[in-house]
Amino acid sequence: MPINFDSALGIHQDAVRIRSQRAELLASNMANADTPNYKARDIDFASAMKMAASGQNSAGIKTTHSNHITSSSNGLMASPAVQYRTAMQDSLDGNTVDEQIEQAQFMQNAVQYQASLSFLSGKFKSLLTAIKGE
Amino acid sequence: MSLFNIFDIAGSGMSAQSLRLNTTASNLANANSVSSSVDQTYRARSPVFSAVLDNAQQGYQQGGVKVNGIVESQAPVRAEYNPSHPMANADGYIFHSNVDSIAEMANMMSASRSYQNNVEIANTSKQLLLRTLQLGQ
Repeated sequence: MPINFDSALGIHQDAVRIRSQRAELLASNMANADTPNYKARDIDFASAMKMAASGQNSAGIKTTHSNHITSSSNGLMASPAVQYRTAMQDSLDGNTVDEQIEQAQFMQNAVQYQASLSFLSGKFKSLLTAIKGE
Repeated sequence: MSLFNIFDIAGSGMSAQSLRLNTTASNLANANSVSSSVDQTYRARSPVFSAVLDNAQQGYQQGGVKVNGIVESQAPVRAEYNPSHPMANADGYIFHSNVDSIAEMANMMSASRSYQNNVEIANTSKQLLLRTLQLGQ
């Protein structure tokens, strides 16, 4: 039985990638907590995972001109997974970042990232056991 | 790797907030400054932040924050009739700065909390990266 890393690692490698992208987006929200007119964004994890599972990383926009922005392999901008957050309480300067929500989401994301890492670690351990045959 | 970008993003947040703390400190230090003319009076300063969205080529936009500039408050300065003051002008007036100490204190609290948030984010990202390095061991 040949060992295929993609099938052995399963969905967890996509999960780790999306979690790290989400962490980046949330960090960006926190950095802009005091920027006027900044709109907080977040990744809808379920639809991002669905797109990753179907092997489709972006909305698949065709570029017909050299100046068009291409959606790269990790292109999430064109994806429906990145969405603007609905503000609980609007502020006068048009900023929709709620630091408490962002902080909580970031922590949750960090724990889930570590959970995915643990799963991946377990997969690697299984592979090692299979290789050694002990 | 996205997690490495977080250090840049959180770092830009920290530097922006520390600049905000700097202007607040400057404003508070000059809260009681007086001068002989309206033009020379110290006016409260505040930084203007804007989001950096320059990595659109990476596919999805996210980024840090930058300071566009520092603006001076347009609030009127307070004139006081005090002929015995050494800074008094020919008419006997001195001009106080337009710093609102209470607003500056609130600003300072907000800046320091935001700074702490960014530090926390960078710390967590560092832990996640270190955990990732240990993957499979």
